[in-house]
Amino acid sequence: MVNYHERLGRTFSALVDPTRRAILARLEREESASVSALAQPFVIKLPAVMKHLDVLDDAGLITRTKVGRTVTVQLRPEPIREAMDWLRRYERFWSMSLDRLAAYAEGKEAEVRKKRR
Amino acid sequence: MTSLTLVRRIKARPSIVFDALTTPEGIVCWWGPDGGPVLVAETDPQVGGRIRVRFRMLDGSEHEGSGEYLEVVKPERLSMSWHWTGGVEDPGESLVEIRLRAIVEGTELTFTHSRLRDEETRRSHEQGWNGALNKLERHFLQANEAAGQT
Repeated sequence: MVNYHERLGRTFSALVDPTRRAILARLEREESASVSALAQPFVIKLPAVMKHLDVLDDAGLITRTKVGRTVTVQLRPEPIREAMDWLRRYERFWSMSLDRLAAYAEGKEAEVRKKRR
Repeated sequence: MTSLTLVRRIKARPSIVFDALTTPEGIVCWWGPDGGPVLVAETDPQVGGRIRVRFRMLDGSEHEGSGEYLEVVKPERLSMSWHWTGGVEDPGESLVEIRLRAIVEGTELTFTHSRLRDEETRRSHEQGWNGALNKLERHFLQANEAAGQT
């Protein structure tokens, strides 16, 4: 099993490249696209696009399905969520902690009031 | 992200909230992002005193941080330096500031964590990951909602 930090590393490495980000952004808009359609807007050649797709596939960011001679590419957003969670980890940590702090303090307040009655 | 601010309205008086923030008995009850246990909670809430907290998350991973109290004004203000230690990454020393304000229903708590010198986050802004990630996450959330509706 690839560990959490390796997965994050792959996600971020995949996202470093502007061509790969453009591919993902397009898949976000269009749900799915064939490899040749994806390659069209780029000046780079098809084999270079294929290499980018390999990187995205290794990072788990896309899935490729072959039907006949056409390879269809789809976005797989789970690693994105993991990466977002990582970027927001402090916020999530404190937010959850403060919710629990509030519940704890409110319990204490209720105890104090009960004793005074 | 170089700082984050969170606000909570709590139905408890400021002195109770302050104690919950500064005593080990309080900290073990709320510290941590999930229901995992707090393993170590040491505090010395006076200027120059130390705080150290270690907790285990439900996934089994353990995390620790420590800092120094910079300002302790019960039951209104608390600030401390904070440093996550022992992790894969070292985000450096940051600043935690907490303000408690008495309101009709109890306390308004304003929590600020700043000076987050987070290398990855900074790079993510520079290299445009954040925009891409936000966009893709929206897609992910929409996909989830759509799946939930069927």
